[in-house]
Amino acid sequence: MEEIRSLMGGFAVAMTWVNLALMLAGVSLGVLIGVLPGLGGANGVAILLPLTFSMAQSPGGATSAIILLSCIYWGALFGGAITSILFNIPGEPWSVATTFDGYPLAQKGRAGAALTAAFTSSFVGALVAVILITFISPIIAKFALRFGPPEFFSVYLLTFSAFVGMAKGSPFKTITAMMTGFALAAVGIDTVTGQLRLTFDIVELLAGFDFLIAVIGLFGIGEILLTIEEGLEFRGAKAKLNLRVVLDTWKELPRYWKTSIRSSAVGCMMGIVPGGATPASFMAYGLAKKMSRDGEEFGTGKVEGVVAPETAAHAAGTAALLPMLTLGVPGSPTAAVLLGGLLIWGLQPGPLLFVEKPDFVWGLIASMYLGNIVGLIVVLTCVPLFASILRVPFSIIAPVILVICAIGAYTVHNSIFDVWLMIVFGILGYIFKKLDYPMAPLVLALVLGDRAEDSFRQAMLGSQGDIRVFFSNPLVGTITGLALLLLFWPLLSKAIAIARGGNGR
Amino acid sequence: MTNRSFAKGLLAAVVASAFSVLTPAFAWEPTKTVEFIVPAGTGGGADQMARLVQAIIAKHGLMKESVVVVNKGGGAGAEGFLDVKGSKGDPHKIIITLSNTFTTPMATGVPFNWKDLTPVRMLALDQFVLWVHAETPYKTAKDYIEATKKAGAGKMKMGGTGSKQEDQIITVALEKQTGAKFTYIPYKGGGTVATQLVGKHIDSTVNNPIEAVAQWRAGNLRPLCVFDDTRMPYKDKVTKEMSWNDIPTCKESGVDTDYLMLRGIFMPGGVTPDQVKFYVDVLEKVRQTPEWKKFMEEGAFNQTALTGKEYADWVAKADQIHYGLMKEAGFLAPGK
Repeated sequence: MEEIRSLMGGFAVAMTWVNLALMLAGVSLGVLIGVLPGLGGANGVAILLPLTFSMAQSPGGATSAIILLSCIYWGALFGGAITSILFNIPGEPWSVATTFDGYPLAQKGRAGAALTAAFTSSFVGALVAVILITFISPIIAKFALRFGPPEFFSVYLLTFSAFVGMAKGSPFKTITAMMTGFALAAVGIDTVTGQLRLTFDIVELLAGFDFLIAVIGLFGIGEILLTIEEGLEFRGAKAKLNLRVVLDTWKELPRYWKTSIRSSAVGCMMGIVPGGATPASFMAYGLAKKMSRDGEEFGTGKVEGVVAPETAAHAAGTAALLPMLTLGVPGSPTAAVLLGGLLIWGLQPGPLLFVEKPDFVWGLIASMYLGNIVGLIVVLTCVPLFASILRVPFSIIAPVILVICAIGAYTVHNSIFDVWLMIVFGILGYIFKKLDYPMAPLVLALVLGDRAEDSFRQAMLGSQGDIRVFFSNPLVGTITGLALLLLFWPLLSKAIAIARGGNGR
Repeated sequence: MTNRSFAKGLLAAVVASAFSVLTPAFAWEPTKTVEFIVPAGTGGGADQMARLVQAIIAKHGLMKESVVVVNKGGGAGAEGFLDVKGSKGDPHKIIITLSNTFTTPMATGVPFNWKDLTPVRMLALDQFVLWVHAETPYKTAKDYIEATKKAGAGKMKMGGTGSKQEDQIITVALEKQTGAKFTYIPYKGGGTVATQLVGKHIDSTVNNPIEAVAQWRAGNLRPLCVFDDTRMPYKDKVTKEMSWNDIPTCKESGVDTDYLMLRGIFMPGGVTPDQVKFYVDVLEKVRQTPEWKKFMEEGAFNQTALTGKEYADWVAKADQIHYGLMKEAGFLAPGK
C-alpha cells in the first residue's frame, strides 16, 4: 500500500539519533509544561518557536523542528493528567474531566492506577488518531469542510446534552451553575457584534474570564480549602509505590474496551471538526457515564471514568493536527501556534503539503507514533515517582500547590489581577462544594459558551433567522437530533417506563 | 543618584564613548529584555510577524538583549494598547499593530488613540483579495458584484475575521461603491474563513493572501481582485497559470475600492528620539535579511515601509479614513 511505503519513508526520516533525542527532550519538557497549570501546551510551544527558527533553515531541519514542537504537545497532553489526579488541579483544560474520577481514585489510595489508566488511555487515543491520519487523511479532510456554523453549533449542543441529561442532584443547581458559566463566558469582546460586554470599563475584564484561571481556582484552591477544613492530610497517602501497579492496572483496562472505542471515535471527530480536545473529553465522559454499566458510580473513583476523557482528549489533540496540515485550520490552540511555526519556516500548510513536502509530512506522522511511544515510556516509569508526591505531608505540599497555582494563574496573561481572580474562584469553588452545586456544568459553559453562542449567531445570520437551518441537511440534522435525544433522554426513559409498566411502578 | 554611582556612571559613559570611536555603537541600547506586544491572539497574522521578527533578531544577533513576544489580545486588542499606553516612557516595550489600532477605540469606546503611542516604523502593508469558490461561474469582480445585486440584498454571504474590523470595513466600502448588499458573517480567524469558503458555507471572502494561498494553489478558490491601487509585484507563478501579479486590481475590474492594513511598530509615549532610532535601525536590518524577504513574497505583502514623519502622517491619514468608513457604516461607539 502506498501509505505504508510513505510511512516507512517517514520512519527513516524520524529515526535519526538527533530526532530521537529531540523527541525525548520534547516529551519531557511537555510533561513538565503540562504539569504546571497555566503554562499550557500552546504557551510552551510558542515560547520555543523562535528557537526552532535557525534549526529549520538547515536541510531536513523543518522536520526536526516540528518533531521537537509536536513532542512538547504530546508531553503536555500526557502531563495534564498528573495534577488532575493527584491534586484535583487540571494542568490543561482538557484534563478537567479527568479530575472527576481521577482525584477520587487518588484519595482512595489508587493514584498509581489512575495515572496508569490515564497515560495508557492517552496513548491508545493518540494511536487510533494517528492510524486514522495515516490511512484516510484525504477523506477526513473533506469531511471537515462540511462543517459550517449550524454544524458547529449542533456539535456543541451535543456536548452539552451528553453532559447535562444525566446530571445528578437538583436540576436547579445544575442550571444555576451552568448559567453562571455562560455569564462568565460572555464577558469581553463579542465576536459577532464587535462590542464589549459586561466589562464595566474595567481594563482587566477586557480579555474576559480565562478558563484556566477559573479552573485553577475552582478546583485547585477550592480543594485545598476543603482539605484544610477536613483535617490536614491527604487521604491518598498510602499509595502503592512500585511499577507492579502499572501491570495490575493494565490487566483491568481491557474490560473498558467499549469505552475506549467510543471515546476514540468522539475524540477523532472532535479533533478533525475541529472542536478541540476539551469538548471531546467532556463529551466522552458524559457518554461513558450514560452508557456504562457502572455509570451511576461515576464520580466516586472509577477507572473507566479516567479512561473515557483521557482517550478522547488525546485522540482529539492528535487528530487536531490533521486539519492544520491539510486545510491550514488549527484544531486546537496549540495547533494554531504550530501552524504559525510552519509558515515562519516557509512551509505552506494546505491541501498540497502532502504532495510537495512528503518528507516533512510523513516524518511528522512517523514521529507521532514514536513520540507517543517515547511519551508513554517516560510517564509510565515515573508513575511511582508522581504518586509518591502524595506521601509528602499536607502541611508542606499545600503551600507548594498554592504557589504553583498562583504562578500558573499569573502565567496565563502575565497579570497579577488573575491571581486575585483565582483566589475568588477558589472561594466560589469552596462554596459550591459546601452547598453541593456541581462545578462541571459551570466549567463546561465557560469553555464552550462563547463558541456555541458564536456559531449559533453565525448560523442565524447565514439563514436570516430561520431556525430550520439546524435540520437543513442530513449531517446537521443527525447531530441535532442526537443532541435533543440525549438532552431529553431522562424524560423519555421515564415516559417509556411509564408506558411499559402501566402506572410506572 | 549618589556621588559614587554618579562617578561610576560617568566612568561608564567615558568608556562607552571611547568604544564608540572604535565601533559605531548606538546612542541608546536596551538594557534589559524587550517586551514585544501583540494585540491579538497566538497564530494570527500579527503574531506570526512578531515571532518572525523575534526569530530573525535572535538568529542574526541584531540585539544584545533578547526579545519576548507577549500576546495581549483581549477586547479586540484593547488589552495590549492600554498596556502600552500605561507604560509611558518605557523604552523596553514595543507593539505591532494591525487595523485594530484604529477600529477598536472607535467601535468599542475603549479610551486609547494611536496618538498615545510613539510611531516607530512601518514594516509592511497587508493586502486584501476578493476570493470566491473556484467552482462558481464568476470570473471577474464585476461578474460577482452583478450576481450579488441580482440575487437580492443580503442573499450573498461574505465571511470575514471579526466584527467592525478590517474585513467588515472592506465589505462596507465595497457595498458603498457598488450598491450590492452582502450578509456579513464574522468568524474568529482568517484560516477558518478560508475553509468556510472552500466548504461553500459562505460565498466570498476578503482574506489576506497568506490566509488563502494554500487553498488557491489547491484549486479550491479563485481570486477576483486585489484591494490596492496597483497590482502586487510578485511575478513568480503561484498556481500553474497565475502569479500574484496576474490578479487585477479592483479598480481595473470596475469595482473601485482599496484598503491596505498596517503592519507597523509603535512604542509607548514619552520615549526619546534615540530610543526610537534604535528600533528603527534594528528593524531595518531585519527587513534586509533573506528570511524577511522570503516571508514578504510568500504572503504577497505590499513592502512599503515608511519611517519618521512620513509614517506618522500615513497613520494619521489612515485614522481619518477609518473614521469616515466606520461612521458611514454606523459602527462607531456612542459618543465617538
